[in-house]
Amino acid sequence: MTERERPGGLAGLLSRITTGSDATALRTSLTTVGSSLAAVLIALTISALLLAVTGKNPFDAYATIIETGASGNKLLEMLRRATPLIFSATAVAIGFKMLIFNIGVEGQYLFAALIAAEAGSRVSLPMVLHIPFILLVAMIAGAFWASIAGVLKVRKNVHEVISTIMLNYIALSVIQWMFDNFFRDDEIEGLNIKTTLLPESARMPDIVDGRLNGMFIVALATVAGFWVLVYRSRFGFRLRASGFNATAAETAGISARTMTIIAMVLSGAVAGMIAMSSVLGEAYAYGPNATPIGFGFAGITVALLGRNHPVGIVVAALLFGFLDSTSAELQLADVPNSIVKVMQSIIVLTVVIVNEATIRRLNERTAEQARAQLAGAAA
Amino acid sequence: MSDVLSAIAVELRDISKRFPGVIANHDVDLTVRRGTVHAIVGENGAGKSTLMKTLYGMHQPDTGSISINGNQLEMRSPSDAIDAGVGMVHQHFMLADNLTVLENIILGSEPAHRGVIDLRSARSRLNELMVSVGTELDLDTEVSELGVGERQRVEILKVLFRGAQILILDEPTAVLVPDEVDELFETLKRLVADGATVIFISHKLDEVLQVSDDITVMRQGTTVAQTTPAQIDRSGLAELMVGSELPSPAGRTSTISDAVRLDVRDLSVPGPEGRPAVESASFTVRAGEIVGVAGVEGNGQFELCTAIVGLRSSSGSVIVDGNDLTHANTRERHRAGLAYIPFDRQREGLMLNAPLWENTLLGREHEESLSKGPFIDGAAARSSAVTIIERFGVLTPNETVPAFALSGGNQQKLVVGRNLVTEPSVLIAAHPTRGIDVGAQAAVWDEIRQARDSGMAVLLVSADLEELIGLSDSLLVMFDGRITARLDPDSITPSELGTHMTGTHREVAS
Repeated sequence: MTERERPGGLAGLLSRITTGSDATALRTSLTTVGSSLAAVLIALTISALLLAVTGKNPFDAYATIIETGASGNKLLEMLRRATPLIFSATAVAIGFKMLIFNIGVEGQYLFAALIAAEAGSRVSLPMVLHIPFILLVAMIAGAFWASIAGVLKVRKNVHEVISTIMLNYIALSVIQWMFDNFFRDDEIEGLNIKTTLLPESARMPDIVDGRLNGMFIVALATVAGFWVLVYRSRFGFRLRASGFNATAAETAGISARTMTIIAMVLSGAVAGMIAMSSVLGEAYAYGPNATPIGFGFAGITVALLGRNHPVGIVVAALLFGFLDSTSAELQLADVPNSIVKVMQSIIVLTVVIVNEATIRRLNERTAEQARAQLAGAAA
Repeated sequence: MSDVLSAIAVELRDISKRFPGVIANHDVDLTVRRGTVHAIVGENGAGKSTLMKTLYGMHQPDTGSISINGNQLEMRSPSDAIDAGVGMVHQHFMLADNLTVLENIILGSEPAHRGVIDLRSARSRLNELMVSVGTELDLDTEVSELGVGERQRVEILKVLFRGAQILILDEPTAVLVPDEVDELFETLKRLVADGATVIFISHKLDEVLQVSDDITVMRQGTTVAQTTPAQIDRSGLAELMVGSELPSPAGRTSTISDAVRLDVRDLSVPGPEGRPAVESASFTVRAGEIVGVAGVEGNGQFELCTAIVGLRSSSGSVIVDGNDLTHANTRERHRAGLAYIPFDRQREGLMLNAPLWENTLLGREHEESLSKGPFIDGAAARSSAVTIIERFGVLTPNETVPAFALSGGNQQKLVVGRNLVTEPSVLIAAHPTRGIDVGAQAAVWDEIRQARDSGMAVLLVSADLEELIGLSDSLLVMFDGRITARLDPDSITPSELGTHMTGTHREVAS
């Protein structure tokens, strides 16, 4: 017995001595933030070099970015452009939390946009019900499309990267076929073909007239919901446990199959809302030329940059929204606006590299400190 | 050529090799005569593979010397070993499926003529080689079309093609059917007749006695005896493998009650190739009883345990405290009072990058005391972690460090603690003290005994005979997927247990 009590007492003593057991967690998050900032600075330097090499003055370009970005309208533009990015990064992050790579967000949100726009135009409801109805349809449609990949993975062991990429192509064809044959509003002439316009009751109110609509609030609420779900709920714990170590999770009674299906469904549901700021607040319909494309892939980048953490996702989406919002001004200043895309990509690459290195060093330090603390206490 | 070479092909002296926290080999001496088949036998975990990796240059020993053909060498990598004429046929074949036999064999040592692969000379050399070892293979067949036995011959040819005169075969018969085993032995005998030397690793005693000229026995990381088939029989070899220095079981008062807590009936688990991994296992564990499962690893213990906790499909029934859990999933079985200390703590038990308190929560996240509705009660989960850390003596600065920062023994105490703190009615404990230091081992034993005394039923799987005999109230022996004996740990002798574990007993009896 005495043999057992000694380490027990020691560990007890240690946990009493160590004031604030959150110290480790705090240090981890501070280091992450610090390294991300450093990475952004490194990326800006590399971009400046690129600009210099192409014969542009990087200082002028950055000055243009800061000047235009500082205006109130540009800040609203940043929020507007960040809105779909927040949704799509969140959708991707839900999968990432259990190491599922949902590359199919693109197809999921476009499919959802078509179905939701069409469904919304066919019902008449008061506004308090109409908008939630359309959002719900969008989420269900997105979840449905995503669940195909989930079922394929669980039943047939098809890797989700393969199936979601393939499903993107299928989605595009299915959408085009459905739009051309069933949902296209024939009364709309010209190039800007769309589904039937949504009635007034289905139009998302603006927060700032003509500049930012209510979907921004919905996006923030969604990311908050993501945080609660993943970091506070029992389901989220099981999701993260499956991501940490699928075998250990399974051994502890967490079914990987169930978690895979639920994660894909949730991911698809959030993806369904990506185009809603356009459908409900700008175009009031789905249209091949009216509904923005490419957000599914951009979301992967933003989730990566934000390290799949809710706060990180919002910050990364705002950064990308900001850079996007300045691209027009840059063009006026004779800087090719593709430099913005290049900068975004460089930022992501640097952040990934810098973070990977930092985390490895942090892990080593944590292990070392744990040993040192124990050795110190034993002496 | 062999006249000028030493009569001793391989000589290892005082080899020791440590891995963090484990001594895999210590004080190993091995002498292999030229032109012989030399078997190295021992249980899984006795250090055979570690030793062979040392000889093949896959890692460097901490101390000791290696001599090949009388020359002391340093093996810094497998290519040093190959240069010295040592080749290894791994247990798991390393062949490229979509290349032909010929391409696989020359891969990495392609004979070239002015930068172009000289297939013709490779082909003719290989044909000669095949004649000399008495085997026939179509060199242009894709490896994906070959059976296991043929693949093994490709591996052997590959090693010979590189000029190896000393062949290491790691458990070569594990994957073969009896006919293929005979063929392999035929090949080995031809090789030896031509002057090659074969080191043959196995734990199958029949084969060892059949094919080898010399036998070296390893136990717990060291070589314990060298003998020949003429000098020893199966049961003698079994006793050497298992060891005869068993402790007398610690005196204890029986706490066994009549209440059956775990009732396993006619449990069968399908295995690969139609042979069951577990066949009709039936036993009961009563309240306050520890039932030990002895057996050489790989005889169905893993499948038995994972089937009982619902991680693997099986036939038959599992009843805990009168509740039939046969159709329940793993989580339902946990909730019904079945706890499981898994075989491999890092692979099956821990989330290494997650903080300790999340690790102690794993599998318990449904407990009411640790949650609020659908949410995790973080404060309660942390204080529960602190309780486990204190009670089980886990050495850690606090409950928020990630699990990878802990030593193996402390990780194990955390896993044991997580399973015992819920006061389960039945505990399946697989190697609860594997790879941990003596102090931690005693602590884990104490905890299991205490839980037993308070009425828990324990099924203990272990490779450590001291642990099995010291803790168990009764012993089951598993061999080849079946429970082949039920023994009383108070009266069993080590050699009896050894013969049971290696399957020798049945034939002696019949």
